[in-house]
Amino acid sequence: MAETDDQIRQVLSEHAKLPVDVDSLGAQTDLYAAGLTSHASVNLMLALEDAFDVEFPQSMLRKQTFQSIASIRDALDSLVTAAAS
Amino acid sequence: MAAVDGALERARVVARDVVAPAADDVDREARFPKEALEALRAERLLSVLVPERLGGGGASLPEVARVAEVLGRACASTGMIYAMHQIQVACLVRHGTTEPFYDYLSEEVAGRQALLASATTEVGVGGDVRTSLCAVEEHDGRMRLEKRAPVISYGQQADAVLATARRTPDSPASDQVLVLCQRPGLVLEPISGWDTLGFRGTCSLGFVLRAEAPTSHILPEPYADISSRTMLPVSHLLWSHVWFGIADAASAAAQGFVRALARKQPGVTPPAALRLAELMTVRLQFEALIRHMARRYEEISADLDALDQMSFAVAMNSLKVAASTLVVDVVGRAMQICGMAGYRADSELGLERLLRDAHGAALMVNNDRILANSAHLLLVAREAG
Repeated sequence: MAETDDQIRQVLSEHAKLPVDVDSLGAQTDLYAAGLTSHASVNLMLALEDAFDVEFPQSMLRKQTFQSIASIRDALDSLVTAAAS
Repeated sequence: MAAVDGALERARVVARDVVAPAADDVDREARFPKEALEALRAERLLSVLVPERLGGGGASLPEVARVAEVLGRACASTGMIYAMHQIQVACLVRHGTTEPFYDYLSEEVAGRQALLASATTEVGVGGDVRTSLCAVEEHDGRMRLEKRAPVISYGQQADAVLATARRTPDSPASDQVLVLCQRPGLVLEPISGWDTLGFRGTCSLGFVLRAEAPTSHILPEPYADISSRTMLPVSHLLWSHVWFGIADAASAAAQGFVRALARKQPGVTPPAALRLAELMTVRLQFEALIRHMARRYEEISADLDALDQMSFAVAMNSLKVAASTLVVDVVGRAMQICGMAGYRADSELGLERLLRDAHGAALMVNNDRILANSAHLLLVAREAG
């Protein structure tokens, strides 16, 4: 889990274009309140798909999925679990 | 349903008796259609979208869209003003989920038929309405806001303005709220004029907006959600109905022109009749598009999952681009059919005004910006909307 979070933080720091340091964000911090724009969130999704080798289904392509590091981790976990079963 | 059918019927009468007769003067003088607004207020048409329990008409969005269409057919500026007002009302009805907004809708919108305007754009953000420079400053339960808005349509005539701003002076540009700014706490200082080719009666001057309000007049939800679930889709829906009204007025003019030709030589179908048949196929595409999208929004308007999906945002963007393109297409075809009679500025056909208004549709919130947004979303969206 910690490893996933680190990877997510790495993608965030490269693609989310946040006006704050990614290391200062808690797992539950609202990324939109921290400055994530809808434009940057699309780039974030693409980068996450590439980094984790997954594809977000239509139902996950919503603002809420990318609300926080924890919600991104939950989404990725559910995709990895689904792929394994 | 009877009362709502009544709203559309009342709108038709107002359009015929008040809006249409003033349309040329409103356009020529680039003046606010005050007689139209007086008539709409007298018929309580500014509050048709407000729920009945708050004293409004309780109409659905597709029904309000029909009213906007009927008004737009008579006078595009009046139609746009009506549409923009209803967009603000829709934001309050759907997202103003606290007591002060219920009171406002009931007392001011339903009670006094208040006219609401919008200040989402800002000088310095490059047209990106999802970012703000200005910020709400809170102090002791009151808030202050100062915003340089390049456009506030009918700002001088509006009783209140819904303005976007950063949540706090420390918030990032994209963390926005929507604030209800009401006179007398609202002061607008003009900074630019409005002398355009079309939509001249919307009086869309630029202003410095200065507002003071209780903090309870900040809508509780983030503007990001209000924008994607209501402001954007309702804007594109209502505007596209007004633009269809423009197209419908042009096709009626062309039809009348061809009929007059045919009367001169009974038994001979004028060549222009073929062009009219072509025009009608495009008009039908336009009408089917707006009716379908109105139903589609109505069906999912309470389903947050569906509203938040990218495919929905792309579909509503596509509606705006398609409708603003179709209106130019239809009016251009009508001009072709009527020939020099339609090209004359002093013609009874009135096509020159419709042509100027039609071209505004693709420019107000530029289609290129909308297409760029869709293009970006489509990089990740999975299915066609």
